[in-house]
Amino acid sequence: MSITLRAAYPVLNRLRVGLDLPVLSLAILVPFVLTATFANVIAPYDPTEPIPGGKIFEPPCWSAEGNTRALLGTDYQARDVLSRLIFGARVSLVVGVMGTVVAGSIGTMLGMLSGYLGGWVDQLIMRITDAWLALPAIVFAIFLATMLGPSMWNIIIILGCVYWTRYARVIRGEVLSLREREFVKLAEIAGASRTRVILRHILPNVMNSTMVLASLTIGVVIIAEASLSFLGVGVPPPQPAWGSMLADGRSMLMVGDWWLTIFPGLGILLVVLATQLFGDWLRIRLDPQQRNL
Amino acid sequence: MGQFIIRRTLYAIATLFILSLTIFLVVRLTGDPVMLLAEPGAQEEDLELVRKEWGLDRPLPVQYAAFVKNILTGELGQSFNYEMPVSTLYFQRLPNSLELALAATLISFLIGIPTGIISAVRVNSVWDHVGKTIALLGLSVPGFWLGLVMILVFSVWLGWLPTSGQGGWRNLVMPSVALGWYFAASLLRLTRSSMLEVLRSEYIKLARLKGLPAFVVIAVHAFKNALIPVLTLAGINLVIMLNAAVIIEVIFAWPGIGRLLYEGIFQRDFPLVQGIVMEAGVMIVVINLMVDILYAYIDPRIRLTR
Repeated sequence: MSITLRAAYPVLNRLRVGLDLPVLSLAILVPFVLTATFANVIAPYDPTEPIPGGKIFEPPCWSAEGNTRALLGTDYQARDVLSRLIFGARVSLVVGVMGTVVAGSIGTMLGMLSGYLGGWVDQLIMRITDAWLALPAIVFAIFLATMLGPSMWNIIIILGCVYWTRYARVIRGEVLSLREREFVKLAEIAGASRTRVILRHILPNVMNSTMVLASLTIGVVIIAEASLSFLGVGVPPPQPAWGSMLADGRSMLMVGDWWLTIFPGLGILLVVLATQLFGDWLRIRLDPQQRNL
Repeated sequence: MGQFIIRRTLYAIATLFILSLTIFLVVRLTGDPVMLLAEPGAQEEDLELVRKEWGLDRPLPVQYAAFVKNILTGELGQSFNYEMPVSTLYFQRLPNSLELALAATLISFLIGIPTGIISAVRVNSVWDHVGKTIALLGLSVPGFWLGLVMILVFSVWLGWLPTSGQGGWRNLVMPSVALGWYFAASLLRLTRSSMLEVLRSEYIKLARLKGLPAFVVIAVHAFKNALIPVLTLAGINLVIMLNAAVIIEVIFAWPGIGRLLYEGIFQRDFPLVQGIVMEAGVMIVVINLMVDILYAYIDPRIRLTR
C-alpha cells in the first residue's frame, strides 16, 4: 500500500490492510458470502423439491448408498442436502447481517440519546435496557417470535429488538465522556443543534465501538436464528435454513442419518467461528486500548 | 448502605414494571390473543365467548391491572390448556430444571475454572492457547448442535447413554454438557482475567517475596480472591440456565421449564407463555438485585457509585 493512499485515508492506516489480515476468518467468510449471494447459480438442485428420480442417498457419494448426483446426500424428502445448505447460507447471512444492523442502529441511537441528553431521558432508556436485559435473550426472542408469527423479516426485526442492549450500554458510557470534550463544547457554543451535535460530532466518534460490537453480534444472531428455526418459530418451511435443517435431521437421528445433523451444524460452527475471529481482529485494530467490550 | 438498597430496589421495581408492560403490550398489539386461544375457523360468537371468559373484552388499562394483580399474587394467570395457575406449573417443573442447571454448572466449573487458572498462570503458553481455543469454541459451537452430535455418537452409534428423559446420572450427562458448554467458556474467560488481575496485585508479590511455594500462592492466596466474581457469574448463570434451557430440554425431552414454554408455544397457550416469560424476568431481576446488594456490602466503594 502506498504511503500517499494511507495519508489520504487514515482509516486504511489504522486497519493496516494487507499486513495481517485474519486469514482463517476470511478463508471461511469470503466463500460463505459468495455462496450465499450466488446461491441460485451455484446450487445444483431446487432446495425445496426432491431431486429427479430421487430417493434417500447417503454420503459419501462413493459408498453403496451414495450417489454422485447428491454429494452430501439427500434428506427424507429426497431433497439435495448440498443445495439446501447453499440456500440456507443465504438465510444465515441475511438474518445475521440485517439483524445486527437493526440491533446496532437501535442500540447506538438510544445509547447516544441516553448519554448526551442525560436526565429523565437517560433514566428512561437505561431502565428499558435493564428490563430487556432481565430476560434471557433466547426466551425473549422465542416469546416475540411466537406472538409475531414465523417469517424471515419478522425474525430480523425480533433479533434486532432483542440484541440492541449491549450497544446502548457501551455507547452511553462513551458518550458520557465524549460530551465533556472540547470539540463537543465548542460545537454547542457555536450554536449547533442537539441533532447536529449527535449526528456530526458524537456519532463518528462512537462508530468504532459500534463496528466492533457488530462484528461480535453477527455470530450470536446467526445462532439465535438457527435456534428459532430449529424450534419451528423461525424461518418457515419449505425455505431452507440451517436451523430447520437440524430439526429435520433430529427426526432422522435415531435411524443413524448422521449427514442431516452434521453438515448444517458444521456450517453454523464455521461461520460463527469466523465472525468471532474477525471480531477479535477488528477489536485490536480499532480499539487500541483493548477495552473489554 | 440503606440508601443504596432503597435505590437499587426502586430500580428493580421500575425494571419489572417496564418488563410487565412490554410483555403485556406485545401480546395485545401483535394480533388478537383470542385467535391464539380459539380453534381455527371458530365462529364470531364463539370468539366473543372466549373473549368474555378471558376478560379480553375489557379496556386495556383494566386488563393490565388484572395482569399486574396476577403477578403480585404470584399466580401469573391461568394456563389455557392445563387449567391451572401458571405459577403452579412453573414450580412443578422447577426442580427438574434445577437438577439440570446444577449439573450444567458443575460441568462448566470442571471445564472453565482449571483451564482459566492455568491460562492465567502460564500466559501465552500452550495451555493459554488451549484455553483460548476452548473459549472461542464455546461461543461458536451451538449447544443444541453439540447435544445432537452427542446423541448421535453416544446413543445411536455407541449405545452408551440414553437419548432422552429423566432418570439416573446417565440421563443427565449429555444434556448438562450441552447446556454447560457455553457457560464453561464464559467462566473460563472470567477466571483467566480475574486471576491475571489478582496475580498482579501487591499482596501476591508479597506472598512470593516471603518465599511461599508457587502452588500455595496460587491455590490459597490468589484463587480465593479471584473466585468472588467467578462465583457471582456462576450464580447468575444458574438462574439463566433454569429459564433459558429451552432447546436443550426439548432435544433431550427433559421435563423442565424450557420444555413447558415450548409446549405452551405449540398448544397456543398464550397465558402460559406470557407467565413463564414474566417469571423468568422476575427471577433474574431479583438475583441481580441480590448480587448488587451483596457486592455493596463487601465493597463500600460500590455504594457511592450510581
